[in-house]
Amino acid sequence: MGNFIGKSVKRREDARFLKGAGKYTDDIKLPKMTQVAFVRSPYAHAKILNVDTSAARNANGVVAIYTADDGCGQYGVPCGWQVNFKNGETMREPMHPLLAKDKIRHLGEAVAIVIAESLELARDAAELVEVDYEELPAVTNPRDAMEDGAPLVHDQWTDNAAFDWCIGNDRAEVEAALEAAHHVTEMEFRNQRLAPNAIEPRSYIADYDVNADKWTLYTSTQNPHLIRLLLCAFALGIPEHKVRVVSHDVGGGFGSKIYHYTEEALVTWASKEIGRPVKWTSDRSEAFLTDAHGRDHVVTSKMGFDKEGKIVAHLTDEYCGLGAYLSTFAPAVPTYLHGTLFQGVYTTPLIHLNVTAPFTHTVPVDAYRGAGRPEATYLLERMLSKAAAEMNLDQAEIRFKNFIPPFDGIEQPGYQTQVALQYDSGNYEETLKRGLEMLGYEDFRKEQEEARKNGKLLGVGISTYIEGCGIAPSAVVGALGARAGLYEVGHVRVQPTGKVSVFTGTHSHGQGHETVFAQFVADKLGIDMDDVEILHGDTEQVAFGMGTYGSRSLAVGGSAIIKSVEKVLEKGAKIAAHKLEAAEEDLEYAEGKWTVKGTDKSVSFGDVSLTAYVPHDYPEGLEPGLDFSSFYDPANFTYPFGTHIAVVEVCSDTGRVDLKRFIACDDVGNVMNPMIVDGQIHGGVVQGIGQALLEEVVFDEDGQMINASYMDYAMPRADDLPMIETDRTTTPCPHNPLGVKGAGEAGAIGSTPAVVNAVVDAVAHLGVKDIQMPLTPQRVWKAIQN
Amino acid sequence: MIPAKFNYIKASSVEEAVDLLDKHGSDTKILSGGHSLLPAMKLRLNRPELLIDISGISDMKAISEDGDEIVIGANCTHKEILNAELITSDLNILAQAAETIGDIQVRNRGTIGGSLAHADPSSDYPAVVLACEAKIEVTGKKGDRTIDASDFFQGIFTTALEEDEIITAIRFPKVNNGNYQKFYQSASRFAVVGVAAVKNGNEVKVGVTGVADTPYRATAVEKAYNGNSDAASHATDGVEVMADHFADADYRAHLAMVYVKKALEA
Repeated sequence: MGNFIGKSVKRREDARFLKGAGKYTDDIKLPKMTQVAFVRSPYAHAKILNVDTSAARNANGVVAIYTADDGCGQYGVPCGWQVNFKNGETMREPMHPLLAKDKIRHLGEAVAIVIAESLELARDAAELVEVDYEELPAVTNPRDAMEDGAPLVHDQWTDNAAFDWCIGNDRAEVEAALEAAHHVTEMEFRNQRLAPNAIEPRSYIADYDVNADKWTLYTSTQNPHLIRLLLCAFALGIPEHKVRVVSHDVGGGFGSKIYHYTEEALVTWASKEIGRPVKWTSDRSEAFLTDAHGRDHVVTSKMGFDKEGKIVAHLTDEYCGLGAYLSTFAPAVPTYLHGTLFQGVYTTPLIHLNVTAPFTHTVPVDAYRGAGRPEATYLLERMLSKAAAEMNLDQAEIRFKNFIPPFDGIEQPGYQTQVALQYDSGNYEETLKRGLEMLGYEDFRKEQEEARKNGKLLGVGISTYIEGCGIAPSAVVGALGARAGLYEVGHVRVQPTGKVSVFTGTHSHGQGHETVFAQFVADKLGIDMDDVEILHGDTEQVAFGMGTYGSRSLAVGGSAIIKSVEKVLEKGAKIAAHKLEAAEEDLEYAEGKWTVKGTDKSVSFGDVSLTAYVPHDYPEGLEPGLDFSSFYDPANFTYPFGTHIAVVEVCSDTGRVDLKRFIACDDVGNVMNPMIVDGQIHGGVVQGIGQALLEEVVFDEDGQMINASYMDYAMPRADDLPMIETDRTTTPCPHNPLGVKGAGEAGAIGSTPAVVNAVVDAVAHLGVKDIQMPLTPQRVWKAIQN
Repeated sequence: MIPAKFNYIKASSVEEAVDLLDKHGSDTKILSGGHSLLPAMKLRLNRPELLIDISGISDMKAISEDGDEIVIGANCTHKEILNAELITSDLNILAQAAETIGDIQVRNRGTIGGSLAHADPSSDYPAVVLACEAKIEVTGKKGDRTIDASDFFQGIFTTALEEDEIITAIRFPKVNNGNYQKFYQSASRFAVVGVAAVKNGNEVKVGVTGVADTPYRATAVEKAYNGNSDAASHATDGVEVMADHFADADYRAHLAMVYVKKALEA
C-alpha cells in the first residue's frame, strides 16, 4: 500500500460530470455541421420493392440523401471473430451492408440516410422518403430459427446456422456418466434477450477536411483505435493514417459501444461526399432497435450428481441467437466467452457444451456486461440450487461439496479446467463462508421457517461465480478465432518539470480510469497524484490500444502503464547515478528520489526529469528524454470470483418480489480504489437484478419489439433495491504486476442467479421448481398458482 | 425525438383558449403540463397543427373550499395536489393517488386537468374521481357545464369533452374515509390496477382504473359489500379485462380482486 493505492480517492472526473460539464460527442458542434435522420424499416423481414426519395430531396434544408444504390452501397461493417462449424466448414459471414438493399433483415434496419441543415429538417425530410415493402414472415427465437421451414435470414444458405460449436469432454462419455449418475437435475430455460441501455445514446460526427484529405471521427465508443482499424481497413478501405478517432466522455456502454456500427461508417463516408461535417445521435427509440442486444440463449441442460451431491457430469445444448448480421465480437460471446466458464468453481470431471448459433430477424446480439459469462453462471448456479432442492441438500452445502480447493497460482499451480482454461488463483469457499456470515445464514433459516408459518414467503438465494476477464493473451485468442490481438498500450511521458502524462489505449466509459491509473502511477513514481494526468480517447495522442471491455482496463492496460513506469525508473536511475556520482546498484528509489544507500545524498525525480530534457551534464551514450511506451500482452486471463446472496420476500397475492437484502462478497484480486470497486459491483449487481426481475426484449410473432421504450421496458430503479452489502477477500492475480483481476462485470455475473434462486427458494415449499426470467409479478404469481 | 412542426399560442384566459379551439378545430391540442402530449408528439404519434398553452391561465390554478366541496383548478400539478393542506386533510384519497403518479419531474409538471382530459386507461385519477363522484367543470363555446364523473370517461383516450371544451376545474365532495391502492407496472409505473374506495358506514363507492379500457365504478362490489370485503370477488363482474405483456386478463382480474379487497379493508 502506498499513498494512493488501496485508498478510496474521490473520482477526478466527477467534478465535471456532476456539474453537467462532461464533453460527450453530441455536445460537439462544428461549423457547417449537418444532421442525420435515418429512414428505418418498420418490419423485421421484408423485401424492399422501391425507394422513392424524390419528394424528400426537394424538402427544405436537405443536403443529401443516400440509399444502397449510391456509392456507400458497396460497403459493409466487418465481424472481428471467426468461429467455424464443428465439421470444419467456415463460419457463414454475410455482408452487413451500411444500408439495406433489396431485403430488410431486422426491425429498424436503415434504408436511407437523410442529411440536412438541422435535425428537425432531417426528420421532416426522412418522413417524405417513400419505401414500398413486402412484409415477409420473421423468426426471432433462436430455437425456432433452426426448425425446418423457418424463414431464412440469408437466402444464400439452406438454414439459419452461422456456425455450431462444442467444448469440453467427449459427448458420449458425458452422456454415459449422466446415465450412471445417482441423480440428474434437468432444466430448460431462456436466458432472455436484453437491451443494453447506455444512458448516453450512440453518437457520431465525421468531419472530412478536403485540404488535408483527412477525417476526424468523433464517436461515443469504448475503443477508439479498434474503431479506426475496423473502419479503415475493413469497412471503407481508407488509409488508417487518414482518420483520427476522438472519443471524449462516454456515458456508459456495457459492451454496446465496443462495436463498429453501420451508422459510424456511413457518416464517415457521407462527410467526404458532401464535404461537410455529418452528425448522427441515436434517440432512445433507435437505441432500442439498433444497439446490439445481449444474451438470447435457449438452454437445455442436465447435471448428474453422486449420492453425496458431488457433480459427476454436465451436458448442455444451447441455441444462441446472433441476430441478422454478425456484430464485431458476436461469435465469441456464446462460445469462447461462455463455454470456457462451464467449470465454474467446481470440480466437475466431465463437461460438454454444444452450441448452435443461428441468425434471426433481429438486431445483432453481441457482448453485454459479462458477455457469455453471466449466461454460464446463471446456468451453473441455478442448476446447483435446483439440484440441492431436489436432493434435500442445503444450497450452501452442495457448493462446499463441489468447490475447487484453494490455490494461489504460485505455490500451488493454476487449476486446469475441462473447458480449455487454466484458472490463475482462487479461494472460492472463503467468499461463501464470508457471505454466509454477512447474512447470518443459520438465523435466516430460522426466520424463514417462522415466516412460513405466518404465510410469508421468504427466500434466500446463493450464487458462487467465477468469470474470466482481462482478455487476454493474443496468441490464445488468435487461435480461438479472434481477428485482433488483445494486448494493451501504456505510454508514460515524463515532462521536463517532472509532471507526468500517461496515455492509455483503454477508454473509460464510466470506470474512473483518470483517477485509478493516476493512483498507481503516482505511487510507483513516489510523486503526488496531482502531478499525473491520464489521457485517452484520441488516436493521435495515444499510440495504439484495444480499448475497454471484458474488465480488462486495469489488468491489461494498467500493466502496460506499469511496464512504461518501470522503464522510466530504469533510465532515471542511470541519470541519477550520473548526477550523484554513484553506481546505479548503490541507489535506491523511494518517495520520489534516488538516494545513495546508507547516505543522505539524493536526487529528486524532478531533477532527473529536467536533466533528461536539459542534458548538459549527462551520462555518456544515453539518449535524452524520459518517455516510454509499452505493449503488454497478458500471460493469461484473470479470474475474479465471489459469492452473491439475495434475500427476497414474495407477495403471495401479487407475485411481486421484494428484494430485502443483497450481499456481495467478491474477490477481484488487489484493489486500487475500494470506492470505485464498490461502485462497479453496485452497478453490475443492479444490472444483474434487472435481468432477474425486470428486463426483457419482447418481440411479437411478426418480429416487432413491443417494449421499445421506457414506458414498457422495465429497468431497475433505486426504490426497487435494498442497500447492497459488499465485502471482499483478496487473492492477488499471480501473473500481472498489480495483482489485479477486474471488477466491471462481476456484479452482473453473480447477482442474477442469486436473485432467482432466492425467489424459487421462497416458493419452493409450494411446489415451484423454476421460474423463467424476468421474474415479473405475473410469472411468479402464475408459478405459485400452478 | 423531434416533433413535427406545430404552431403555439399561449392563452391568457379560458375564453381565449375556447375561442382558439373553436376557430382551429380538430388539429388543435390543449397543452397544460405536457407530460402525455409532448412525448407522443416527439414520437410523431401525435401531430397537432396548433398547441394552445393554457398553463398560464391563473384562475385555473386554485385549490379552494366551497361549502362541503373542494374545487381544484385544472392546471394544478400533481405536486400541488399532494402538498395542499386542504386536500391532505379533507380529500386525502386524491393526495394518495397523486403521490403514486410518475416521478418527481412528472408530478412537478403534469396537471390533473391534463391527465383527466387525456384519459389514459391506466392513469390514477379516474379511479378517485369515480369513487368520489366528483364533477368535471368544463367551458366551451356554448358556455359552462358540469359533467358527472360516471359520464366523463367513455373509452380509451376518450371522454365526454366536446371539441371546443376545456376542463377548468374538478369539484370533489370532502371525503374522509377513502383510500387509493395501486399495483404499478414496473416500467412506466402507471397502474396495472388502481382502486379507490370511499366508505360510508356499510356502504362503499369503488372506482377502478387500469383494468378495462375505460375506468369504471365496480357497482357489483358496491352492491355486495355491506361491510364485508369478500365483495371484492365481484371486482371485474361484467367488465372486459385488458391484457398486455405485464398482465394478461386472468392475472389482471386477480389483481383487481386483491386490490379492491385491500381498498375495502384499508
